[in-house]
Amino acid sequence: MNRTLSVKIIALTIWGLLLFSPFLFQDVRQVEVAARICVFIVLVASYDLLIGYTGIVSFAHTMFFGLGAYGVAIAMKQGDNTWGYWIVGALAGVLVAAVLAVLIGLLSLRVKAIFFAMITLAAASVALVLASQLSSFTGGEDGMTYSSPDIFKPATKLLTDDEGKVARIAGVRMNGKIAAYYFVFFTSAVMFWVMLRIVGSPLGTVLKAIRENEARAEGIGYRVVAYRTAVFVIAATTAALAGAVYAAWLKYTGPDTTLSFAIMIDILLMVVIGGMGTMWGAAIGATLMVLAQYYLRDLMEVASDATSAIPLLPELLSPDRWLLWLGIIFILLVYFFPAGIAGTIIRGRAK
Amino acid sequence: MNTFANMIDRAGGVFVLPVAIAIVAFFLIGAPSSWLTLTVAGLSMGLMIFLMASGLSLVFGLMDVLNFGHSAFVSFGAFVAASVLAWLGGWLGADSIILNSLALIAALAAAIVFGAAGGWFFERVIVKPVYKDHLRQILITMGALIVAEQLILATWGGTPVNVPRPHFLEGAIILGGSSLEVYRLFAFVVGALVYAGLYYLLNKTRIGLLIRAGVENREMVEALGFKIDRLFIGVFMLGSALAALGGAMWAGYETLITPALGAEMMVIVFIVVIIGGLGSIQGTLLGAIVVALMQNYVGYLSPKLALASNMILMMAILLWRPYGLAPAVK
Amino acid sequence: MTLLSIKNMDVSIGQYSVLHGVTFDVPEGGVFVLLGRNGAGKTTTLRSIIGLWDRPPGSVTFRGEDVSSLHTSDIARKGIAFVPENMGIFGGLTVAENMVLATASGKFDQARLTRVYELFPALEQFWDKQAWSLSGGQKQMLAVARAIIEPRDLILIDEPTKGLAPSIIHAMGEAFREISQTTTILLVEQNFAFAKSLGRDMAVIDDGRVVHTGTMAEFAADTALQDRLLSLSVEGA
Repeated sequence: MNRTLSVKIIALTIWGLLLFSPFLFQDVRQVEVAARICVFIVLVASYDLLIGYTGIVSFAHTMFFGLGAYGVAIAMKQGDNTWGYWIVGALAGVLVAAVLAVLIGLLSLRVKAIFFAMITLAAASVALVLASQLSSFTGGEDGMTYSSPDIFKPATKLLTDDEGKVARIAGVRMNGKIAAYYFVFFTSAVMFWVMLRIVGSPLGTVLKAIRENEARAEGIGYRVVAYRTAVFVIAATTAALAGAVYAAWLKYTGPDTTLSFAIMIDILLMVVIGGMGTMWGAAIGATLMVLAQYYLRDLMEVASDATSAIPLLPELLSPDRWLLWLGIIFILLVYFFPAGIAGTIIRGRAK
Repeated sequence: MNTFANMIDRAGGVFVLPVAIAIVAFFLIGAPSSWLTLTVAGLSMGLMIFLMASGLSLVFGLMDVLNFGHSAFVSFGAFVAASVLAWLGGWLGADSIILNSLALIAALAAAIVFGAAGGWFFERVIVKPVYKDHLRQILITMGALIVAEQLILATWGGTPVNVPRPHFLEGAIILGGSSLEVYRLFAFVVGALVYAGLYYLLNKTRIGLLIRAGVENREMVEALGFKIDRLFIGVFMLGSALAALGGAMWAGYETLITPALGAEMMVIVFIVVIIGGLGSIQGTLLGAIVVALMQNYVGYLSPKLALASNMILMMAILLWRPYGLAPAVK
Repeated sequence: MTLLSIKNMDVSIGQYSVLHGVTFDVPEGGVFVLLGRNGAGKTTTLRSIIGLWDRPPGSVTFRGEDVSSLHTSDIARKGIAFVPENMGIFGGLTVAENMVLATASGKFDQARLTRVYELFPALEQFWDKQAWSLSGGQKQMLAVARAIIEPRDLILIDEPTKGLAPSIIHAMGEAFREISQTTTILLVEQNFAFAKSLGRDMAVIDDGRVVHTGTMAEFAADTALQDRLLSLSVEGA
């Protein structure tokens, strides 16, 4: 049991660092990284509900993420940057995500799990193509930029000092950027907490029973398809909400930030690195991957330049080959390290 | 309702579906010459997709392995063939049909050999360690797809590659007002020949008998004294080689290819095998033709809907038959 | 003479232990019956003999040779045929194709084929029909016919009477009696009347252990022993 505790401590430490990150890391880029970590923890945890807790593989998670983001982007682009439009857009995205999830789930979850993987992949590809084709509506390949709500603007003064300037706490300016970050942080934390409650609830127990032995769970009287579809809907709507939150933070939504296949691969890697079937592992996996994305790529750039005299090596180390290495790491992880970090810590030397 | 179902069954069951689609399209399109052009285009595209999809379907049927990396062979086939054609540019440009044909045959053969060799590597190194573990299988073959796509990107670069094709496959035949591209007819013939060959292999040879038996019940094939492992690797190599051939044919059809080709075709291939039913080549051919006809007709009638139409078609067919139109007996 | 000897076979599926040190000998000739109630481990024993279980611990000796580490196909080639509980016929293939697959060379030995036709006339009648269209009894006949189309030393048959009509069970019994003149049969059965009419030697498995071995004649005479070992299956049924 104390092994599980150590995973929780690591994950809670990450959340703690995220909570104070605007104060700990005062660079714009670092706060950007922290916000991305928050959103991806939610995204990965919701994906883990599917792959880890239910044993089904979906490739449509970015589609749902994108639905939330595009909902907000379209609403705030067509309307204005008030909270009303954010809410309308987020709700629309979540609703469409839920309807699509029900449709896909009922259609494909009653047959082989492998059909589900194929169908979600097909659906995600169609979504990506549609987003780039319907450019008058979605901005096409270029995506959309829009303004975030006024309270998130850098010029907004959350606190003022005696002279009416933006007040500083521990040297950090209390402006709209801080508000935006904490909006992302707290919505993400709440969603993560809700998912923790879900896997700890009776529903989580049923899911485990289904994953362990589908036929038996069916025999006991659980309607497996209904449960799986329900989880798929929960995961899809959570991803859509995360997308809506991220859209407000980025003030930009496009295929590359939400729908692209590369993001789906990121999510897969985060889940596998963190450990499938451990909510807390999601936090670890997402953090490691986002950090690697931001900083390892720079390192690759340096390494590539440094080895420019040697043949072939700079080509392989070039940041353009980032996905190549991710793919190789991913395969090796699934072969040799399928339990991920959290899973390995929890099992410890028992295995 | 029952008599209606019986009537359909007597007419050939699900296999009348493409005919029905063609008839409906005939009235929607209105112009017979356009309809003929589109139908021929659909059939030839269908047979090329069949080449790409048949291996995926057979491998799944026999080994219960769904190879998400399958489309990498399509890409490799396309690029290998394009490189060989460019390399044999002298033969291709020569004023001799024999040299032209030799260049073409060399390109297709190179794609096939590459596909078979790649298939051997894939089966032994990537797939074999995770037989019977669907979750890891999906993840690993997906990872392999990423690596393969990156290797293509690293080798051939991100810019579109031009695919030269022999003179005798250029141009079009005019038939009663419709123009039929020669290359499409060629692709149709190649696809039909491969289908006939596969049909013969599966239904008239002992190996085919073993494959069909293995699709139904692997354990029993072993209990009768056969090594299913050898069958596995053989079918995997065959499937990958066919995918590479399909990719090579597709490259000649498109004449300009990018590394995104594999990913684009993967979606269509998946829709085809889901619609057709996994494990049978008849089902795969049916699915491929239905999807390609739809794509061409809808592309003509309402271009923006082309891809979405296949998605809707797939959903409708799954509602009707959850295992696809003509899956293998299991 | 002992044809097949099983020693200390242990099998577990996941965390559940299914067989614990199963040990028994099958003598050459006649029908050897393996009795036991549902879930006792009979099917697992048969599957382990033919190698459909990953490396079962313990040993399986066939004609003095340890075959337990061999691949299923190699065990089959040693002369052991397997008729599984679900019959394992290929429904999409015709009766003829099912039969030809069971031959080692792809060609029929005419004498053996004639014998199959004599034992199971229905198969000749439906020779070109797809196997899924056969009745349950005919499918079982096809499964047994596949096992005898090549010369074999031992046939493992798993509950062949399950779900069949009494008249077909009777015909099946006659066929087994005929086959057992030349080939040893290891029969797993729950139908005690059927087993009694065929068996020469027998063993009872319960809860993954061999709890009794002996001749069928003795066992059939000892109703007290039957009650003790098999009553469970009546209650369980």
